[in-house]
Amino acid sequence: MFSLIKKLARRTPLGWLQLSREKTRFLVALSGIAFADILIFMQLGFEGALYESNSRLHRSLNADVILISPQGRNLVNISTFSRRRIYQALDVPGVKSTEALYTNFADWKNPETRKKTSILIVGTNPNHQAFNLPGVNANLEKIKLPDTVVFDRATRGEYAETIAALEAGKTPTTEIERRTITLHGLFEVGASFATDGTLITSQENFLRLFPRRQTGAISIGLVELEAGADPTQVTAALNAHLPEDVRALTLEEFINFEKDYWAKNTSIGFVFRLGTMMGFIVGVILVYQVLSTDVNDHMAEYATFKAMGYRDWYLLGIVFEEAIILALVGFIPGFSISLGLYSMTRKATNLPIYLTMARVIFVLALTAIMCSLSGAIATRRLQAADPADIF
Amino acid sequence: MNEESVISITGLDHYFGKGQLRKQVLFEINLNIAAGEIILMTGPSGSGKTTLLTLVGALRAVQCGSLQVLGQELCGASKGKQVQARRNNGYIFQAHNLHRSLTAMQNVQMGLEVHGSFSSREMRRRSVEMLEQVGLGDRVHYYPEDLSGGQKQRVAIARALVSHPRIVLADEPTAALDSKSGRDVVNLMQRLAQEQGCTILLVTHDNRILDIADRIVHMEDGKLASAAAVP
Repeated sequence: MFSLIKKLARRTPLGWLQLSREKTRFLVALSGIAFADILIFMQLGFEGALYESNSRLHRSLNADVILISPQGRNLVNISTFSRRRIYQALDVPGVKSTEALYTNFADWKNPETRKKTSILIVGTNPNHQAFNLPGVNANLEKIKLPDTVVFDRATRGEYAETIAALEAGKTPTTEIERRTITLHGLFEVGASFATDGTLITSQENFLRLFPRRQTGAISIGLVELEAGADPTQVTAALNAHLPEDVRALTLEEFINFEKDYWAKNTSIGFVFRLGTMMGFIVGVILVYQVLSTDVNDHMAEYATFKAMGYRDWYLLGIVFEEAIILALVGFIPGFSISLGLYSMTRKATNLPIYLTMARVIFVLALTAIMCSLSGAIATRRLQAADPADIF
Repeated sequence: MNEESVISITGLDHYFGKGQLRKQVLFEINLNIAAGEIILMTGPSGSGKTTLLTLVGALRAVQCGSLQVLGQELCGASKGKQVQARRNNGYIFQAHNLHRSLTAMQNVQMGLEVHGSFSSREMRRRSVEMLEQVGLGDRVHYYPEDLSGGQKQRVAIARALVSHPRIVLADEPTAALDSKSGRDVVNLMQRLAQEQGCTILLVTHDNRILDIADRIVHMEDGKLASAAAVP
């Protein structure tokens, strides 16, 4: 290992010298890599935001174990099950209390534009803090009032005036299912791919909005455990104790259940993965073009080196050195521009698109692989450098 | 075989092409070159001079006959042996073949780096010293594009000789130069070779430089025609 470092220190950094002498080519290669990196970053960002945004409401649930119908596929199509099950769940040791949530999608009129748009409505018990959302918990008394709801301030769309009015303590009104409703207070969850926003109200108000919904048909059961009880064990016990028409999940499983739905049952995950792959391939092609032109330009020099007694791997080393330098230097603009685009996207769409450390490392590794792959293809031309031809 | 022989060739044949297109280019070559000798090889184009030079330099695989360089048989030598053998030689080409992205010093240094036995500082010191010897002490950090043809060829000579090779192989080193620079270049080669005691095998068409030779061999149609010593 030590001798290798000594060897490297003695080596003329040919790859770097070749790249830095050809400034235009170097810049073209760098912008190519930056472009590919931005493509990959954005695709991964959107994919991550999709999963993240669709489970934000799940994450805010104040529960250890969740009960849902086995028919449920995601929050939008959660289906319903009998309210009796949450009372039966109380028999299982370790369960402290259970609560019901009702959810449904409805068209509501935007309070500003009066245009219809789809929104998720959740009915909760106003005497229980079902969410870890300060805005909701502060307004539990208010949603006991008829037709009063709390509004998600991060809802996607034109709601600036509404939010300003709510912040000023006013109570704007609008319409859902031909009923006039009053907005009271704000909380923050945010838009997702499935819904522009969320309204939270009491179970009574919910059932008033949807008169055809039976009181006994609930969407989600929230199970709170006694201190020290293991969620995994209680979940297993619940599944064993309760009939087949209900399914118990830990909160983590419930979040993954939502993610899995979007990843597996829709083409969205596939689309983003395909986009990521396209970015990767674009990068490979661009870097290959640059490296192979460079190898071609230096054919006579490489043949001379071979004649002087340099081995093939020395020449391969030059090309890989170039590839790694390109990857590292090209990553910097790619990363910085992506950072800007992420914050732009976040502001424009309210999507939770964040640059995580894991993703940065992943893309850096991908860039290194991309450039090495291009380098590996470009080195095939080195075989053509025949020392006997240069005399 | 002569004890003194640096290069010893006996019964060397060489063919190009395969099958029906197979064509013999070298016939029964016999040649002994002693240490410190300067041999000029002349002959018309296509007579096989360069082929012989590339065989001696281990740039081509020897097919049949015997070719010993510094006591090592190159006929049937493995790829690794060939690469090893190349490191004993200094090459000077018709085109200078300097690396465009490297300065004169870095180019010369490449002639040392291949041996892997010098420290960076030592390599730099020797390279600068060598460039001074070829009269380019003030052009050490120039890139090839900023040097004249003669200067480039002198850098190439410095690169070939910096590692003190036992054998120097040159293929028409003066062809691309005017008579003055050409003369300078061969004088330089001769002087340095004498100082370092190395053997030179030089292919040339250039009549003006024949006087530096200890011996001139003439090649015609793949055969060595004469091996007369220069008086």
